[in-house]
Amino acid sequence: MSTSGAMPAKWSAKQVGRIKPLVFLIALYPVLRWVWLGFSGGLGANPPEFLIRSSGIWALVALCLTLAITPLRRLIQQPAVVRLRRMLGLFAFFYTVLHLLGWALWERGWSLASMWDDVVQRTFITVGMVAFVPMVALAVTSTQGWMRRLGRYWQTLHRSVYVIAGLSVWHFWLVRAGKNDFFEPYAYGVVLVVLLLFRLVYVVRQRGAHGRQ
Amino acid sequence: APLPATPNPEYWLSSRQTSEKDITSYNNFYEFGTGKTDPMRHAGAMQTRPWTVAIEGEVAKPRTFDIDDLLKLASLEERIYRLRCVEAWSMVIPWSGYSLATLLKQVEPTSKAKYVEFVTAVQPEAMPGLNDRIIDWPYVEGLRIDEAMHPLTMLVFGVYGKMLPNQNGAPVRMAIPWKYGFKSGKSIVKIRLRETMPVTSWVGIAPNEYGFYANVNPAVPHPRWSQATERRIGDGFFAPRVDTLMYNGYADQVASLYAGMDLAKNY
Repeated sequence: MSTSGAMPAKWSAKQVGRIKPLVFLIALYPVLRWVWLGFSGGLGANPPEFLIRSSGIWALVALCLTLAITPLRRLIQQPAVVRLRRMLGLFAFFYTVLHLLGWALWERGWSLASMWDDVVQRTFITVGMVAFVPMVALAVTSTQGWMRRLGRYWQTLHRSVYVIAGLSVWHFWLVRAGKNDFFEPYAYGVVLVVLLLFRLVYVVRQRGAHGRQ
Repeated sequence: APLPATPNPEYWLSSRQTSEKDITSYNNFYEFGTGKTDPMRHAGAMQTRPWTVAIEGEVAKPRTFDIDDLLKLASLEERIYRLRCVEAWSMVIPWSGYSLATLLKQVEPTSKAKYVEFVTAVQPEAMPGLNDRIIDWPYVEGLRIDEAMHPLTMLVFGVYGKMLPNQNGAPVRMAIPWKYGFKSGKSIVKIRLRETMPVTSWVGIAPNEYGFYANVNPAVPHPRWSQATERRIGDGFFAPRVDTLMYNGYADQVASLYAGMDLAKNY
């Protein structure tokens, strides 16, 4: 029994592990939706455009959820929730890869030369690609083995997720610039800033707490 | 409602026609929202009767036409045009209407009429997109007078042998097949002949991305994407993109209008 009355019982890593399959299925919702829409004629007149945009949005959603894990576990005082973070991060990577493959196939016709031209000539593609490169590194080093091997550098490396998130929102912003239609990129930007502020406040409080000792 | 029109074999593109469903469900008509399906969902609320089109400015005989008089002004032709959107997709569409020149001759443009401006309707209660303030409403497009008088430039009342659905620009719109789609104003209420080049809506918003001419040109990329190829709507998942043609394939008819012009500057 916990002695600190108000504190909830801490979930064990095993307990959190049990809901992982459920989270996995929920994270596959976008794919199931695409398949459903595909068979019911719901992808509209321009399915490639729909899928490229949709995968990009879901990549951003998964990235925000990944970054929400730490604030969440502190808020509900359940550190074991961190066990869901890697899976969500890998889903962000998964949807980003689909987004990239959609662009490579439907916009650039698998032509490497044409892809390179796009990356070099267009700022929003450049920014998107710059965001993707460190994402590969994070996905590769997401295993227990790499965590062990990298030791304290692992966390330093994985802090680049903030840079990736910032670049992703910037990429989305640039995409929408043509239509002066910034509501969505703005909303994701605000979510991101709130998630970062939460961390800052936490760090400042921790320092304050140490200072009083 | 059906709108009978006689096929005009002079303007008959032989490519596979885009389905009526795709033509009427994938639209850019920002007055109803920026999403491609927003016009289909919201445009039903637009009132298209009564409807008048005022022709004013540098003309000897300014006049306001009732839409039903416009429909009877000349016999309606069916023409199959390719529509190339600046967003790098295209459709092949059977439009019904007649050359804009037929109408303009009625009002006798003066020697000062160097440009033609088209103004789209503003119906606040029917158009949720007006709140977006993306565009300084009303939507305005325009042509040089020689472009406007070109027989390819078409005043359109119908598609697929029926009256235009609201989302496609009912009751009357433009079709200018050698220019990007945004040049073709929809739901037109005013045509103004002017001595000076009008500041058209997209030029006002992003002059570095959209020019007054907006001629389809595979060699001049949009700042955010290439214009060298296009996706033909309805071709399916694995169809490759097709090469975009100079002036959208209408070079034989219109290239002479731009002789000697630097097309990279006058995009």
